[in-house]
Amino acid sequence: MKSLTELLKIRDEKRDHVILPDGANEIRIVVGMATCGIAAGATPVLNAIVEGVKRESLGDRVTVMQTGCIGVCQYEPVMEVFQSGKEKVTYVGMTAEKAERILKEHIQGGKIVEEYTITHVQNTKTEDDGKVHASLQDTVFYKTQRRQALRNCGLIDPENIDEYIAMDGYRALGKALTEMTPDQVIETVLASGLRGRGGAGFPTGMKWKFASGNRGNVQKYVCCNADEGDPGAFMDRSVLEGDPHAVIEAMAIAGYAIGADQGYVYVRAEYPIAVKRLQIAIDQAKEYGLLGKNIFGTGFNFDLSIRLGAGAFVCGEETALMTSIEGKRGEPRPRPPFPAVKGLFEKPTILNNVETYANIPQIILNGAEWFSSVGTEKSKGTKVFALGGKIKNTGLVEVPMGTTLRHIIEEIGGGIPNGKKFKAAQTGGPSGGCIPASLIDTPIDYDNLLAIGSMMGSGGLIVMDEDNCMVDIARFFLDFTVDESCGKCTPCRVGTKRLLEILDKIISGNGEMEDLDRLEELSNYIKSASLCGLGQTAPNPVLSTMRYFRDEYIAHIVDKKCPAGVCKKLIRYEIDPEKCIGCGMCAKNCPASTIVRTDYTAPGHKLASMKIEQANCVKCGACMSSCKFKAISKG
Amino acid sequence: MKKKLTTVAFQGTPEQKEKLLAVIEKLKDQKGAMMPILQQAQDIYGYLPIEVQKIIAEKTGVSLEEIFGIASFYSMFKLNPDGKYAISVCLGTACYVKGSGDVLDEISKQLNVPIGSTSADGKYSVEATRCLGACGLAPVMTINGEVYGSLKKTDVKTILEKYQ
Repeated sequence: MKSLTELLKIRDEKRDHVILPDGANEIRIVVGMATCGIAAGATPVLNAIVEGVKRESLGDRVTVMQTGCIGVCQYEPVMEVFQSGKEKVTYVGMTAEKAERILKEHIQGGKIVEEYTITHVQNTKTEDDGKVHASLQDTVFYKTQRRQALRNCGLIDPENIDEYIAMDGYRALGKALTEMTPDQVIETVLASGLRGRGGAGFPTGMKWKFASGNRGNVQKYVCCNADEGDPGAFMDRSVLEGDPHAVIEAMAIAGYAIGADQGYVYVRAEYPIAVKRLQIAIDQAKEYGLLGKNIFGTGFNFDLSIRLGAGAFVCGEETALMTSIEGKRGEPRPRPPFPAVKGLFEKPTILNNVETYANIPQIILNGAEWFSSVGTEKSKGTKVFALGGKIKNTGLVEVPMGTTLRHIIEEIGGGIPNGKKFKAAQTGGPSGGCIPASLIDTPIDYDNLLAIGSMMGSGGLIVMDEDNCMVDIARFFLDFTVDESCGKCTPCRVGTKRLLEILDKIISGNGEMEDLDRLEELSNYIKSASLCGLGQTAPNPVLSTMRYFRDEYIAHIVDKKCPAGVCKKLIRYEIDPEKCIGCGMCAKNCPASTIVRTDYTAPGHKLASMKIEQANCVKCGACMSSCKFKAISKG
Repeated sequence: MKKKLTTVAFQGTPEQKEKLLAVIEKLKDQKGAMMPILQQAQDIYGYLPIEVQKIIAEKTGVSLEEIFGIASFYSMFKLNPDGKYAISVCLGTACYVKGSGDVLDEISKQLNVPIGSTSADGKYSVEATRCLGACGLAPVMTINGEVYGSLKKTDVKTILEKYQ
């Protein structure tokens, strides 16, 4: 490809195949084939549809293709039918058999199979206008979302560059190279107010500006952080699997802005499908001349390679990531010098996260104001969250910054299942904190989250209900950081271990009130003295749970009780001898064989009641769930 | 988890070495090539024994000590091959109180393989795992995915006889 004109030609040719125009008698069927879709069984669905279309010779008007994450995780596998002039239909919980039926009744017969549609399965009310509303867009889950970073995910085939181009792909790169100076690109990104989506929220344009000096005279690098390691976060994987070209295009734009001709994408090896699709995308971009030498005939060169991680959480930290690309142990380096001055191979480097890059092409195309019109004063645009935990609608959601937690949980997420009460939401993974129910109306943006002791992080949002013990949650994250601390600096290596030991002491019923002060003091030391972000944020789960759920810590320490009934050493199962009929079901189910028969027979019962020998009880709860007479209680 | 050095004798073939040398030759002049080289070496051999690390050190000029530092840092690099028979004993709470620890020790003793490593002939690897979720069958272990439940120390011998 030598010019922008050629790009626009491809776009105009392919556009009608992606967004079907009115009157074209065409049908486009897409099946969600991200990791989660495939795991839920999307491959046989896709195969069934492809074969069915072939068998029935529908190929001339029906196209079938794979796409990335559609966003409704618990309803995978998902299949959507686009038809010119008609509303999209979203089928969920697909199987090969259902696909056959849809092919026959809907694709050939023209009648929507209502019982498989998302609005039917989710029981979301449709508008009462006599028409069938069966698209994902009709659901409460989707309606208030704003898809910017994820705009192509679930729509285009990520392994086909033409589809990306059809959706205006690479036009931003064309615009930047032909109509803008590198400084103008940086100014636009700066003016948009875009902040890093990977954790700390540093202004992206500022990062680029710092690295922009001395263009053309020094080697520089553009890196992408796709080492998404937070437990519970999967938005970067979804972008790479659903829209890899957006990241490639953005990195090329960044290369132009700072004067770099080489980029690296550091992806965790645990994401094989993301790696495969990204590699296909890079190869296609090279073939089209959108990566390589003399892009769009402007003399700008940019090349991109993938580097795989090897299972180290700390490599998500920017300096550690760079040492890992250099081929060393992924240990962080002290800053300054900042990467913009001395980064990868000691050269000026910028590093941004996948979701940050996914926003760039549209900022260039639509302008800074278009982007900054959404969001709050200091946090512009949208944020993608991986919604999980105790919530009805788990999934990938993208909402404007400033959306309240209540809206995300109650409206989009559909609330807490099983009639339980919302207790807290955890954001920011092991670096973040827990937001209590009292702060559910907080508008979510970088600064508000920091102010309440959590952080945006990469966007995992785990919802917890009354059955979750907050001390146990703090312990869970500490266990993770202790495992993943690289060991280079003492506050993190030793400090997190000591924090974990104190938490262990508390949850096993041996805590003292002084331990709370020790936790706090030690946490503050670790925060201020650790070398990198991992250590500096590691105590956050402890501090934020102590701040909002201090009474739970006290219950563990003083009353030796776990109010949520989670901490095994602090709970007891008891059999009520008056209610026990002596059937022995509990003893049969007890894995530790610790339930014995007593010699007491309650009035009216034929058999002697049972009793739990507490010393050997493993608190698994098997006895309680097997008792039909509700004679066993937990306390 | 701490990585244990292997006692399995190195059994690399000339074909494997040829492949490794080709990989090194292709990548060694690239900047930061060590991670891709180690990743591909592990694809070729299934793990990263010291012999392989030595070849890499010799061909790239990077010291063996530095290469070992990298191989032992990242959790996905394996210093031990999987045994022909991979034995995992559950050390979840329910299994543990019913004596899975004793079962594990017994297996380790009978096979003469330390926990977390592989026997010298490459036949058995023995490891402890977290809860397998089969608490009703406790204590539980799996050998190449096959589940054995309600184990007693005395069962170990008969079970292991099946895997010769």
